[in-house]
Amino acid sequence: MNDFNKQAVAPYHNNFLREVEERVEDGEWVKMCMQCGVCAGSCPLGNAWQHTPQKLFMMIRAGKREEVLSSDSMWMCTSCYNCIVRCPRKLPITHIMHGLAHYAHRQGMAPKGQPTREIARLFWNNLAKTGRVNELKFSLAMYFKDGFVQGIKNSLAMQGVGIGLIKAKRLNPMEILGGHKCKDKAGFRKMIAKAREIEERKLGNAS
Amino acid sequence: MSEMKTAAYICSGCGLGDKLDIAQLGKIAQKEGKMALVREHAFLCNSEGVQMIRDDIEKEAVTHVCIAACSRRAKTDAFHFPTAAMTRANLREGVIWVVAEGSEHDEVRQEMADDYVRMGCAELKKMKLPQGNPNTTLQKNILVVGGGMSGLTAAFEAAEAGYEVVVVEKQAQLGGWANKLWKRVPFKAPYAEPQDTGVAELAAKVSAHPRIKVHLNSTVAETTGAPGRFKVKVAQESGAVAEETIGAIIQATGFAAYDIARLPELGGGQANVVDQAGLEALAQAANGGMLKRADGKEIKSVVFLQCAGQRDETGQHLPYCSGHCCATSIKQAMYFKDANPDTDTVVLYTDLRVPGMGEDFYRSAQEKGVIFTKGKTNRVEAAGDGCKVNFRDLILDEDASLDADLVVLATGQVPNAGVNLDAWDKVVAEADGGSEEGKQKKSAMQKISILNLSYRQGPDMPQFKHGFADSHFICFPYETRRTGIYAAGPVRRPMDMLQATEDATGAALKAIQAAENASLGRAAHPRSGDLSYPIVRLEGCTQCKRCTVECPFGAIDEDEKRFPVFNEQRCRRCGTCMGACPVRVISFENYSVDTVGNQIKAVEIPDEFSEKPRILILACENDAYPALDMAGLSRTVYSAFVRVIPVRCLGSVNTIWITDALNSGYDGVMMMGCKKGGDYQCHFVKGSELAGYRMSKIGDTLTGMGLEPERVSSFEVAITDNERVAKFINDYVAQLVEMGPSPMKGFG
Repeated sequence: MNDFNKQAVAPYHNNFLREVEERVEDGEWVKMCMQCGVCAGSCPLGNAWQHTPQKLFMMIRAGKREEVLSSDSMWMCTSCYNCIVRCPRKLPITHIMHGLAHYAHRQGMAPKGQPTREIARLFWNNLAKTGRVNELKFSLAMYFKDGFVQGIKNSLAMQGVGIGLIKAKRLNPMEILGGHKCKDKAGFRKMIAKAREIEERKLGNAS
Repeated sequence: MSEMKTAAYICSGCGLGDKLDIAQLGKIAQKEGKMALVREHAFLCNSEGVQMIRDDIEKEAVTHVCIAACSRRAKTDAFHFPTAAMTRANLREGVIWVVAEGSEHDEVRQEMADDYVRMGCAELKKMKLPQGNPNTTLQKNILVVGGGMSGLTAAFEAAEAGYEVVVVEKQAQLGGWANKLWKRVPFKAPYAEPQDTGVAELAAKVSAHPRIKVHLNSTVAETTGAPGRFKVKVAQESGAVAEETIGAIIQATGFAAYDIARLPELGGGQANVVDQAGLEALAQAANGGMLKRADGKEIKSVVFLQCAGQRDETGQHLPYCSGHCCATSIKQAMYFKDANPDTDTVVLYTDLRVPGMGEDFYRSAQEKGVIFTKGKTNRVEAAGDGCKVNFRDLILDEDASLDADLVVLATGQVPNAGVNLDAWDKVVAEADGGSEEGKQKKSAMQKISILNLSYRQGPDMPQFKHGFADSHFICFPYETRRTGIYAAGPVRRPMDMLQATEDATGAALKAIQAAENASLGRAAHPRSGDLSYPIVRLEGCTQCKRCTVECPFGAIDEDEKRFPVFNEQRCRRCGTCMGACPVRVISFENYSVDTVGNQIKAVEIPDEFSEKPRILILACENDAYPALDMAGLSRTVYSAFVRVIPVRCLGSVNTIWITDALNSGYDGVMMMGCKKGGDYQCHFVKGSELAGYRMSKIGDTLTGMGLEPERVSSFEVAITDNERVAKFINDYVAQLVEMGPSPMKGFG
């Protein structure tokens, strides 16, 4: 964490753009947008976004830090890469969207309960424990993310699929008891810790 | 001049022999055309055929040649006989290629060809070989008015091409606007950084050039004469007057910035609001360091407001885009970023337009961190120690505001084009009427005039849209309506420095051409090299002044008795004066009321029972006639009832031709000329417009003759209209057939 959340941002001045440039992955590209709107018109999910990439870039320049980082728009990106292919200024828009989402998450400003964010969080936690994805636990965690009663409802609704998977030996019920893991779990965790350290350093958050 | 001896040559090549009865054409040339010599040839444009004609000219003393073959626009190299007057009967593009195939059309096809041979012979007998303007001069030096970037470039380029140059500059030093700039927009790849203007080096080169003479602190007090013999009085600040004899003139008088005091809503007049020139002054003072405001405060944030007082739709400010201002603001934002990357620089635009390679320059500014915001400014107010800009963010669609230490208004270019001739005409009329106020206004106008031409049509170049000096902006951008005087740079249209230097180079070449042509007694563009010139029979003149008023190029002055004075070197040979003259005393040696009138009379008009109407087409030779040729080239079929006569310009059409044609039984007349109006394409600028005006008055005459006004019809034909032109013809012929034969038939 840093103190960016506490700084005042002057509208249409450099501050927030600078922050994005320095701290968001591929954020240095935001200033190169020429506001043509091709990305906004190309996004197949554009209708579902509150702010198109074009608008997000303009909001960053306008210093709308709160609005940008708490927006759920960049979480809606499905990585279809239409915008990257079409951007006349060659901005890696998909990557910038992911970078913004990641940054908002780390700043603690991403919208609570946003489904994409939840899946990503559960997936990562599941994977980081053992170095392998425990599909049973991941599915169950997904079903129960909105509470116990909803979890039972989800599980009942999906039971046919689950039984089918077990019969086809695609899902092992015994995985509930810890499950498979990579050979050197301690080494894997050390590797992840190192990667995290490098990332923090890159983002200027080194402790 | 020696005895006239005429000869007709009829070609049977290119399929002419298969489609036409060549022997009959020969008979017509001999019996009806009264040609002294008639020859047929199977391939007239080959060396043997051409040699045959040459031999006749040399040995048989043939002076007048009628070639009945292809269009006058084809095979011009082969059929080039400088010592003989020549007409061309267009049997290929005009007959066999456009008349429908099949033996059922043989009769009308042959009649069309017969008529073209008759017309060619008839025209020939009224023609003389142009001898060239005898008033040739040898003065080929160039006067450049204005010593800014455009003027200096024009002067240097003309001098380097070997011509003597005189530069007149109003200020005490050369350089003009460029002197005020800290840097300029880059001209070359990678188009990333502002560059030194280079104006000091150019001024030094011009000052030191052995072929360039510079008058500083000087203005042009009077310009008389014509290309090759301009007499220019150069008034110096001291009161002394130098006189120069000049071949051609380049007017590079540039622009003034739109006054920001007229933009109070954008903060014009506030202490911390400047225009682009004001910012250049701050940058020059900073000399590469941090820019400081007039009050000495370092500028930490700056906003550039684009289109300030430009592209205005309310009618209060400039309606046009000046083209350079986006790139200029980008350049100026870089001044700040280069001195201190932490400076907040915002460019507030509605449409960012960077012509040429400016897109790379724009990208470079983005890389430097200049923020570009699409928004429309509502109001700039003083706030705290700086300004507050209130605007509508057009991307986020909301009202927003931002604070800045300094606001820069990107205002437009206002041309220094001198006197508006429309206003001048009114003032002169007032002054001539004896009004004291009118006289005062007239002398005030003379003071702001740049060239002070002693021309009948006023002291400066005519202005086109928005007060810019006229140029033929669609087809021939360097051309103006004052022969031998060329506008270059932002006086002609808004432009940046790179465009201005290119413009100046082009103008220098045009000026050289004009001076050279004048010295050889030939016409300038678009009839470049034409040796004919208008000859006037003054004893018949009624001093009606139509020619002096209507000449698109102001070539004709008036003497003290109000007779027209033709300045051949100023004339472009369009014949507008000939078309205007009600007593028909103006003619060219090879183009006159008679050469065309004789062709009109030569056509055989079938009687009213033949069901063969005859329609005369007067086609402008610049666009309409080529379009007709191209219709032939693409084998586009049109009616065989038309007879086409090319004219130099619709402006040269004298209404006598129309009335003669209708009197002698033609069923209709089609006039084909170039587009007129604001975005005209007329090669002589006003010709097609004047023709349109004259034709709008002909309706009464027609009604008086008992004819329907539709019997004369005008069409705008562009050079690319080869398919449309055929449709025009066929539709018009159908309309006339519907109307029935002309009641004048048989009375002619």
